[in-house]
Amino acid sequence: MAELTFVRPEFRVRIDRETCIKCGRCVHQCGWSVYHLDEEGRPIPDHAKCAACHRCVTFCPTDSITIEKNPLAYKDSDSMSPAHRKAIWRQAETGGVLLTGMGNDRPYLRIFDHLLLDACQVTNPSIDPLREPMELRTFLGRKPDFVQVAMGDNGSGPRLLTELDPQLKLETPIMFGGMSFGSVSLNVHRALAMAAKESGTYMNTGEGGLHADLEPYQDHIIVQCASGRFGVHADYLQAGAAVEIKIGQGAKPGIGGHLPGEKIDEQVSTTRMIPQGTDALSPAPHHDIYSIEDLRQLIYAIKEATGYKPVSVKIAAVHNVAAIASGVVRAGADIVYLDGFRGGTGAAPTVIRDHVGIPIEIAIAVVDQRLRDEGIRNRASIVAAGGIRSSADVAKAIALGADACGIGTPVLVAMGCHVCQKCHTGCCSWGITTQRPELTRRLDPEWGAERVSNLVRAWSHEVAEILGALGVNAIESLRGSRERLRALGLDESTMRILGVKPAGVGH
Amino acid sequence: MTDHFRRDADSAARGLNRIGEADRRSAVRRYGGLPAPGSRVPDMGPRPEYSAEAEERILGGCGLMGVCDESGGRMSGELAVRSMASMHDRGNGLGGGFAGYGIYPDFPHAFCFHMLYTDDASKDDTEYYLARHFVVLHHEPIPTRPVRGIQDEPILWRYFLEITDQRLAETQLSAEDYVVHAVMDINAHINGAFVASSGRNMGAFKGVGFPEEIGQFYRLDEYQGWTWTGHGRFPTNTPGWWGGAHPFCLLDYSIVHNGEISSYGINQRYLEGFGYNCTLRTDTEVVTYLFDLMLRRHGLPVEIACKALASPFWKDIDLMPDDQRKLYSALRMVYGPALLNGPFAVVLGMGEGMVALNDRIKLRPLVAARNGSTVYVASEESAIREICAKPERSWMPRAGEPVVARLAEGVNPAASRSGEAFEVAASPAAVA
Repeated sequence: MAELTFVRPEFRVRIDRETCIKCGRCVHQCGWSVYHLDEEGRPIPDHAKCAACHRCVTFCPTDSITIEKNPLAYKDSDSMSPAHRKAIWRQAETGGVLLTGMGNDRPYLRIFDHLLLDACQVTNPSIDPLREPMELRTFLGRKPDFVQVAMGDNGSGPRLLTELDPQLKLETPIMFGGMSFGSVSLNVHRALAMAAKESGTYMNTGEGGLHADLEPYQDHIIVQCASGRFGVHADYLQAGAAVEIKIGQGAKPGIGGHLPGEKIDEQVSTTRMIPQGTDALSPAPHHDIYSIEDLRQLIYAIKEATGYKPVSVKIAAVHNVAAIASGVVRAGADIVYLDGFRGGTGAAPTVIRDHVGIPIEIAIAVVDQRLRDEGIRNRASIVAAGGIRSSADVAKAIALGADACGIGTPVLVAMGCHVCQKCHTGCCSWGITTQRPELTRRLDPEWGAERVSNLVRAWSHEVAEILGALGVNAIESLRGSRERLRALGLDESTMRILGVKPAGVGH
Repeated sequence: MTDHFRRDADSAARGLNRIGEADRRSAVRRYGGLPAPGSRVPDMGPRPEYSAEAEERILGGCGLMGVCDESGGRMSGELAVRSMASMHDRGNGLGGGFAGYGIYPDFPHAFCFHMLYTDDASKDDTEYYLARHFVVLHHEPIPTRPVRGIQDEPILWRYFLEITDQRLAETQLSAEDYVVHAVMDINAHINGAFVASSGRNMGAFKGVGFPEEIGQFYRLDEYQGWTWTGHGRFPTNTPGWWGGAHPFCLLDYSIVHNGEISSYGINQRYLEGFGYNCTLRTDTEVVTYLFDLMLRRHGLPVEIACKALASPFWKDIDLMPDDQRKLYSALRMVYGPALLNGPFAVVLGMGEGMVALNDRIKLRPLVAARNGSTVYVASEESAIREICAKPERSWMPRAGEPVVARLAEGVNPAASRSGEAFEVAASPAAVA
C-alpha cells in the first residue's frame, strides 16, 4: 500500500490555466521534480515536493505560477503547534533525526533589531561620505601592545623598530564565511573567489578542500582545517592567505560537518580525497584536540607548516564563549571567528540548529569585553558571523566589538538562494547547494561574482554612510564603540551584558 | 610666590604627614590605596557615579590658545589671559582655564597637585590620602582675588609632593605611574575632591567663568612661565562644576581642547585596558590620557603619537615610500582604538614644550605663528596678534600636522621621562 503520511504539503502550487502556454519550462527548472506534464501537455504539480524556492515562478514566461501557503487549518494549540505535530509524524514514520539546512528560523529575540545607532547633530558635524574620504580598511591578526619608533637623524624619516605579525588586509570589514565545496557547487566557490578578489576581501574554503581551479585566487582565500581533515595537505595549508581551524559552527555547535554521499561526485571526491558516493561525516571533535593545549599545538604546527601565516580559530557561540575565546587567543590564534546560533549550514539536525548556542550579538559583547579585561584584545581579531543580514547588522556588530563580519547566507541569497532550507537534499534548483551537473551549470560564476561584489560594495557604501552620520571617517573609530549604540526594548540584564545603554540616555 | 602664600606651611605639612586618625582610616581603606604591584587594571573597588557636573557627557565648542618660548624665557600669565580675552565670544562664561609651566621654580622637581574641593570633608580625606602616600614638601591655598562674575568657588589648595624611594620600591612603580594611580584614586573615590593638575613645575588654574575672569581670579599676572595654554568654554548645557573646565591634566600633560571626540566610546574602552578610569564625563579627558599612554608609557616621539591620534588617510599612506608606509600602517593597525575621530583642535602642554594638533580633516580652527624663539597657537589669529602684533611667520597648520614647540635642552630638568622604561622594557614580541 502507498505510504500513508499525516504530513500534508506545506505549499500549494497554483497555475493559471488561462495564461499557461504549456511550454514545460517549469518541469525542466524544478530541482525537486514537482511537475509532470499530463497527456494534454499541462504541467501538473505534486504539492508535497514543493520547497517554495521560486525557480519555476521566476522562469515562467507568462507569470502563470504562484506558490501559496497551504491554508489547511489545524486545531489551535499554542503548545502543540502544527510544526511540532508534523515533526512528530515525520519521526513516527521514519524513526530518524530530522535534518535541515540554512540557519535557525525560530522566532528568538533578534537583538540586532533592538539596537539603534547614533548620529551627529550641531555640536559635532556629521561627515559626508560622498565628499570626504571614508575608510573601511581593516587588518585582521595579532597586534603588539605598542610599537617602537626611532626618529631619523640627519634627514632620514622616522623608522619602525617593531616587527608586526602578518595580517589579513580587508578593504571592507566583510568577509565570506566558510562553505565547503561539496555542500555548495564548484561554481559557487569560483564566484566567491572572484568576488573576494574584486572586493579586496577573503573567501573561506570551508572544510572541503581547495579545488585546483581556485589556485589563481589563493591570496584571497582562507583555507579551513576541520575535524574531518578533508582535502588537507601541506600544499593546501600553504595555498591560502591564512588557515582556519574549525572547532565549531553556529548552526550546529558540538557537531561535525555532514555531507551526504549523494553530493559527493568525482570532483568533490578528488578535492576531499575521499571515495565517491560515501557520506563525508566529520567527527564532532578534532581527534587530536581534546583540550586547549592540544589546540595550541595544532595552531603552532600550522604556523610552522605555513611560515607563520595568520591562524584563525572558528568557534560556535555557546554559553561559555568568553572563556573559550580567551583560551583560544592565549593558545596563539590570530583571529577568533565567532559563529552565532543563527549561522547557516548545509545540513544539520533540526533539534541542534534550533536549540543550541547563543546569539552572535551576545557573543561579540562578552568576548570583546573579556579579552579587554584580560588585556589581550590586541592579540587577536574578532570576526563575527552567524546572523548578519544587512549592513546595519555589520555596523552594529562592529560597534559591539567585532573587527569584521563573516557572511555566508547573504552571499548565497545574492546568487539566487531563496532560503528554502533544503540544502541537505542536494536538489537546489538554483544550482547552489547541489552537485547535479544539470543544476550546477545554472550558476554562471562570473554572474554570481558580480552579484556578490555588488552586495559587498552596496553594504560598504552603507557602512560608510553610517560612519559619516556618526561623524567619524575610519572604521576603527566605530569598532567597540558601544557608546554609539542604544537599546530599544531590551531587558536590563541583556543591556548590561551588551554594555549598551537604553535609548533616551545621553552620553 | 610671596611669603603671604607660605603662611603656616611648615606646621600644616607636619600635620599632613601624621598618620593614625581613626575616623579617616576607614575611608581610605575603602579606596584601597595604591594598587598592588603589577596589576594591569587597578584594583580600586566599584566606581561611584561621578555626576558632580552632569549625568551626561558635556558637549560644546570653545576657544583656545597656547604660547611657548623655546629658549625658556618666562612670560607673565597675563599674556595668556589677554589673548583669551580677545576670544571672549568663543565661550559662554561656563568655563575658563589656563595651564602654566615653569611657574614653580622653588619646587621644580616636586609633583604639584592643584586640588578642587567641594567641602572640608573631601579636603580632609584627600589630605589623609596624600599624607599616606607622599611626602608633602609644602602646601597652601591657591591664591585668588575676588572677581565679579566668579562665584561658588570650591576650596582651592595646592600640594608639592615627593615620593620616597622606599615607597617606590614597595610598589614597584615609577614615580609617574605612582602619581597616576593616586590621581585616579582621588578622582574616582574621594567624593568632592578633584585633582586639577598633578605635574612638576606646572599647574592648572580653571573654573566656571569667562577665561579673563578666571585669570584675574587666580592672579595669573603674578606668575611667570615658559609655556602657557588657555581655554574658554561653550558647553551646551548649564553645569556649574569647576572640574569640568579645561585644561585637563595628568602629570606634566595638560590639554585644552575645542571640539568633540566622536570616537570617545572606543578611546575610553582602550584606555581602561591600560588602567585609566574615565570618570569625568568629558571627552577631553581621553586626549590627556592617550598622550600620557603614548608619550610616557609607550615612549613614542610626540610627532609619531600625533600621527597615530590624527592619522593620515590610507590613500596617502599607500603612496608613501616603503619604510614610511610600513610605519604609518603599523601605527594605524596598533593604535586604531586610540585614533581621535571627530572635530577637534587641541593644545598639549608638557614638560618638554607644547604641541598643537588638529583632527584629520581640520574641522576646528587652529592658527600658528612664530616670532623668534616663541611659538603661538590659537583658535583665531587675532588672539595671537593681541599678544604678538607682528610675528615673523603665521600659518594655518594642516589637518593632522602637529605644531611642535620644544624647550631648549636644560630649560626644564624635570622633563626627562623616567617612566618610559616601565612599559618598553617588556618586548612586544614576548606576548605569545
